[in-house]
Amino acid sequence: QKVSVEVLDHLEHLALVDFRDAEGLERLQKAIQFADQLHEVNTDGVEPMDSVLEDRWCLYLREDDVTEGNCTKELLENAREKVEEYFVAPPGNIPLPKLEERETFLGS
Amino acid sequence: AALKDGLRSQVSAALKEGRVTPTELCQRCLALIKSTKFLNAYITVAEETALKQAEEAEERYKRGQPLGILDGVPIAVKDNFNTAGIETTCASNMLKGYISPYNATVVQKLLDQGAVLLGKTNLDEFAMGSGSTDGIFGPVRNPWSYSKQYKEKSVPKSHSEDEESDWVITGGSSGGSAAAVSSFTCFAALGSDTGGSTRNPAAHCGVVGLKPTYGLISRHGLIPLVNSMDVPGILTRCVDDAAVLLGSLAGHDPKDSTTIQDDFKPFELPNLTDVSKLSIGIPKEYRAPGLSSEILALWSKAADLFKNAGAKVVEVSLPHTRYSIVCYHVLCTAEVASNMARFDGLEYGHRSDMKESTESMYSATRREGFNDVVRGRILSGNYFLLKQNYEKYFVKAQKVRRLIANDFVKVFRSGVDVLLTPTTLSDAAPYTEFIQEDNRTRSAQDDILTQAANMAGLPAINVPTALSERGLPVGLQFIGRSFQEKQLLTVAKWFEKQVQFPMIQLEEVKRHDSGVFQHQKSSFS
Repeated sequence: QKVSVEVLDHLEHLALVDFRDAEGLERLQKAIQFADQLHEVNTDGVEPMDSVLEDRWCLYLREDDVTEGNCTKELLENAREKVEEYFVAPPGNIPLPKLEERETFLGS
Repeated sequence: AALKDGLRSQVSAALKEGRVTPTELCQRCLALIKSTKFLNAYITVAEETALKQAEEAEERYKRGQPLGILDGVPIAVKDNFNTAGIETTCASNMLKGYISPYNATVVQKLLDQGAVLLGKTNLDEFAMGSGSTDGIFGPVRNPWSYSKQYKEKSVPKSHSEDEESDWVITGGSSGGSAAAVSSFTCFAALGSDTGGSTRNPAAHCGVVGLKPTYGLISRHGLIPLVNSMDVPGILTRCVDDAAVLLGSLAGHDPKDSTTIQDDFKPFELPNLTDVSKLSIGIPKEYRAPGLSSEILALWSKAADLFKNAGAKVVEVSLPHTRYSIVCYHVLCTAEVASNMARFDGLEYGHRSDMKESTESMYSATRREGFNDVVRGRILSGNYFLLKQNYEKYFVKAQKVRRLIANDFVKVFRSGVDVLLTPTTLSDAAPYTEFIQEDNRTRSAQDDILTQAANMAGLPAINVPTALSERGLPVGLQFIGRSFQEKQLLTVAKWFEKQVQFPMIQLEEVKRHDSGVFQHQKSSFS
């Protein structure tokens, strides 16, 4: 079961790691192959487990009170590009090039 | 020397009585760090701030008002914990130059008790790996590579070959922390443990590595890998010290909603003499393929040790053990895909020069900032989370996780108190051998014995047990019941006393000779 070009493009759109080359694809294929072993296990009637602490009800909501903040200066310090109190990003809404539009190699 | 009561109060008593000052201690550690630089255990050494902290501690001792046992004690922290004002890199280009604006809760707790933060230790990039070989600052070398014990057993190579190429890995991913503790450059270190990252290097470096129960110690400020499995890990030279560290760190943190709300009471470990009421479980599935005959024999010997001392030793079964690694692979990559999404170059960390579009900037930033291991995991994780794969892989893995966790519940319900297993498949491999396989293969091989405890959220500890035929440390692992750290550590301490693991004989340490370093087994009173 090979990963198709469409899926790979879709994955890149989600993952944004620029790993659509032959190596990236191979790693992915191996990872899927490895994960397929899961299907040997019978999990009929078994509930998925989100957290080992599920019996303890520890995920709680606290009171909606402001307890910290006012640290704009500290937070902006680590950003490379900013204007006043804004983080600056390049223009959005421009889709990533599809794999075919690039010169990278794609296996069969 | 045996672990006698008298030796236990070395550092704490020495500081209180003024036989050594925090500044002296700090300076000696810093000097030793310099002379063991070839180990590459530290990424950042915070010399100035450490000395300042030491001076402040000294003032408190002079006034007779130390903050506690850890006041003035030099410690090291793995470089995936945020430390205010100090670079936190996760051994990745993504965070190179990133100065944390805050302290992780565990770091804050240590500082509040006067501990002296010497520096940040080396690791595999973003804690992904089992060798501490895959970070941008290079691999960490196991201090035992330079020990008398290892050198004596090494087959002398031909003179033309560099003696240097013989060195062995620390294991990972908290290799820097393990090496730092093992080489006496600090008295304790923080690591993290998601699949064995504290216990694995602890075993290879001959130190105690404790993975606490999930939910006991705050993860706030620990740069996350797998939110449902990560825990801060504790590395020390003896079990008593691990108990001290645990006491300072455990407890509910309002900033981490996955910490339990129960009150935690720090404890001192009793000196167990009667083990007849103890039931030790030996899980047969941990006799994993690839387990060295040496470690198998040691494991058997340890079981006999308990038996001969009157404990009940039973073989048990954890039938889903062999699926733990596959399950981990899916859950880990899925959570990683989510956790690494925060690294986009906008708010902090590396940012690419690419300006064409937001997405191409993100993509280029992440390609430049992450190594192949990280990128590979993100890609796989996203695959398993795709709508068409979600049930088949992610939810399936969550179901298998429940089966694995239930295996443990059944065993503990049957009357077993603590499980005894090997920690690693063999002693530390030479670096040249280790890098011949890729990261994922190695991780899959090496995590096999440690991973399930993270799946189930259980506490587990590596206790250094003996030296292998090559003169390298081998440890054994104890896995306990949820939140029963006191019982777990009590048993571990008894075992530690029985095996009398030898102290590492390092030239560099001898040169910085001080009674405190050489003879102390337990640093804290």
